[in-house]
Amino acid sequence: MEISIIAENTGGVLNPVTAQIISAAKMFEGDITVVCPGGFGAEEVAKISGVGKVVSVEGDCFSDFDGLAWCQAIESVVTGEILLSSSSNFGREIISILAAIREIPAIQDITELTKEMVFTRPVLSGKAIEKLKISGPCAFTIRANIFPAAESGGNADISIINKSSEVGISVKEAISKANEKLDVSEAEIIISGGRGMGSPENFAHLYEISEVVGAAVGASRAAVDTWEEIPHSMQVGQTGKTVTPKLYVAVGISGAIQHLAGMRTSKYIVAINKDSEAPIFGVADYGIVANWEDALPILKDELEKLALD
Amino acid sequence: MAIAVLLKQVPDTTSKISFGGNSVDLDSVTKWSISPYDEYALESALRLKDEGLGDIVAITCGPARSSKVLTDAAAVGVDSLVHIHVEESIYDSRNVQKLLSSALRRLNCEVILCGKQAADTNSGTTGPGISSIMGITCVSLVSEIIIEGENLIAKRSGPSGQEKIQVSKPCLFTFDKGTEELRRPNVRGIMMAKKKEVETLSSSDLNVELFESSVEFDSQFPPPEKPPGQKFEGAESVTSVVKKLREEANVI
Repeated sequence: MEISIIAENTGGVLNPVTAQIISAAKMFEGDITVVCPGGFGAEEVAKISGVGKVVSVEGDCFSDFDGLAWCQAIESVVTGEILLSSSSNFGREIISILAAIREIPAIQDITELTKEMVFTRPVLSGKAIEKLKISGPCAFTIRANIFPAAESGGNADISIINKSSEVGISVKEAISKANEKLDVSEAEIIISGGRGMGSPENFAHLYEISEVVGAAVGASRAAVDTWEEIPHSMQVGQTGKTVTPKLYVAVGISGAIQHLAGMRTSKYIVAINKDSEAPIFGVADYGIVANWEDALPILKDELEKLALD
Repeated sequence: MAIAVLLKQVPDTTSKISFGGNSVDLDSVTKWSISPYDEYALESALRLKDEGLGDIVAITCGPARSSKVLTDAAAVGVDSLVHIHVEESIYDSRNVQKLLSSALRRLNCEVILCGKQAADTNSGTTGPGISSIMGITCVSLVSEIIIEGENLIAKRSGPSGQEKIQVSKPCLFTFDKGTEELRRPNVRGIMMAKKKEVETLSSSDLNVELFESSVEFDSQFPPPEKPPGQKFEGAESVTSVVKKLREEANVI
């Protein structure tokens, strides 16, 4: 069986999530080919163990992102019975389009899979878990941080193909660069603030802590809706991002049902809230009833001490 | 019809989900709503209409109850309503896309808007899939669209950041959270919407031969309950929590 993985890059550099997808694909015991649109990350992918072949597709269409054009350009080398990518915005779009071109079903955001092709995925933003059984070829995306990254040590051949396609969009203006800060959907540790933070300026305390432990900073819907300075890309919850980090720290977040849906599958949850009745404590492994003003400086100190260890 | 907006009816995001047998008990859902990202798409469609791009058709694909989202859309100014009637949930993404693409072709829509993903399946397959079937450009994660001559300018969040991109018709936009919330209907709008005719179509009306589904439903169940956590009083307890995170949980 042939498996085609579509590599994902951030600013031309291979996104570490691709190594996790490769490790998940090993389950099927097939031949793994990784396709690198635009050639991004091809050399790094070739060094990951388990990769049989790397196909680097290079062409003019890859300068700006146009999902349909990219897929039309790579389509001829995406020949696997199983197509795989990560469940990032990029991965979902590419997999949806490739699946439609190949006339095979697409399943998004898998958190568990078996060789018998039973796929598990959260639905209703984590309020329910769904199992689906697939027969025949299919395309799917896998959530970040579920599978361990495949190790390095590979030495796959890279074939370079020149292929482009007609681009339907043109960039008129770059408004802001992609957030160079870690995205909540990929982070292993997330520290999120809610309206209890009092003002968007106070998120600076969360950023300080995030730098100590390499975390991403998230926010509740209430915070995003109240303060313009907190972008929607930070929102965790049903109309934001659904996350599964190792550690989720909720600060000044009461825990609306939509927020809980987006983060309750985190491995460990710490809640800091001054209201001891806040629903967030219902899902917290470690709840701390305190003002964030008092708790965050201590948290930062303690984490810095650990970092020095 | 110049503009099409695709709407999905989903359990309201505030509603509690219960289970019956081996699946989510849909009969116990107390409130059904337009999927939130589709609402942003709808508001943007209304603005394009206000600016003179043309009339709007709202299309939904689902069981009988889903036509309610069409009436809600009519109340805020959508011109015509199409309900593709299917009995059961469709798990094979190809079939939803085939039905919607066929209706869109028939209506000759030049600008198609939908949410980036539905609040029930959380997938985000439908929009890009339709663009692929119809061979039209897909612009994803859009928050705003404006008309510029014959073209459209969309603000999107792409892999390289926030950008304004130009695209020509026909094209499809999937909406992230938009800049404007969906407008509220007025009484007159609500009254008019009740009288508005919904065109109901089946797969055979659309001459669509569905794929034999290769995705079979197995089960739906609640997420595993977490064991009750530990609770501490006072900011000083942060020290012991950090210690536990390192020693018990082993996550830092």
